[in-house]
Amino acid sequence: MTGSPPTAVTSGGSEASRGRFGRWRDQAVALGWLVVVWNLLWGDINWANLVGGLLVGGAVLVFFPLPAVSFGGRLRPWALLVFASRFAAELVSASLHIARIAVQPGYRPRGAIIAVRLRVSTDLNLALTAEAVSLVPGTLILEVDRDSGTLYLHVLDTHAPTDLDVARERTLAVERRILRTVGSTAELRQLDVSAPEKGTRP
Amino acid sequence: MIATIADWLGAGCLVAGALLGLAAAIGVLRFPDALSRMHAATKPQVLGVLLLLLGIALRLRSPADLGMIALVAVFQLATAPVAAQMIGRAAYRSGRLDRSLLDADELAERGSGGGSAG
Repeated sequence: MTGSPPTAVTSGGSEASRGRFGRWRDQAVALGWLVVVWNLLWGDINWANLVGGLLVGGAVLVFFPLPAVSFGGRLRPWALLVFASRFAAELVSASLHIARIAVQPGYRPRGAIIAVRLRVSTDLNLALTAEAVSLVPGTLILEVDRDSGTLYLHVLDTHAPTDLDVARERTLAVERRILRTVGSTAELRQLDVSAPEKGTRP
Repeated sequence: MIATIADWLGAGCLVAGALLGLAAAIGVLRFPDALSRMHAATKPQVLGVLLLLLGIALRLRSPADLGMIALVAVFQLATAPVAAQMIGRAAYRSGRLDRSLLDADELAERGSGGGSAG
């Protein structure tokens, strides 16, 4: 997300052992996804679209290669459900909040820029957390420090210094739910030793 | 029967999404500086667009349209934060923000102090 040059993933750990096979598997997943997108864009699934999708997807992967992302763990369906429902709830409540202060007469919201250092600084976790955090209204990602895994957020409508801590905790809670969904066991252990469980309601 | 319910739910979603879009437009107009405007410009719009898409999906109900709508939703969710971050970053770097409205700025401390995050 930042313009920094690609650096080695710091705490992947397992990608060396996964090696070539993992790389091929990632490419196959990406190709499958591109074929699905191609077919959805055409609106129906037939042989011509499947073959066309394979050709276009292959061309995209060859001509626009992306840096490898370490996906160490596996998708946990229950954690994904928890993440999705909490995300939807936060999205709705925060959207209503921003909509309310937008139409409230004579109200000038204050803001703050805070730094949140994530506990696991892999590329995947950083990107997913940044996405999820910035989709929820009230927080806007201004800058991402990839090396230290730090997100710089602009938080809207702050009243007291405690609001900043609330925003920080909410971001870390998003990170925790994402790691519970896609993180490897090593990353989860890193999570447990570095922070106790906390309530996240604003 | 089910079609009628889906139609009415769809209509409700369309109205709710449109209202969120209206609130976002008012926010863009009224919020004091570029950064707060970015909140209004990008965020109610995410839920607003999702509600509009849900409303359209409930009224169209054909598989080809549903696939396209799902794609629009996925790309909307994937790209909105990127656009918001690029504009927010540009606004911050070019100084288009009202410092009297900021309670804290830990990004400004980055150069000297380094990671003060907890």
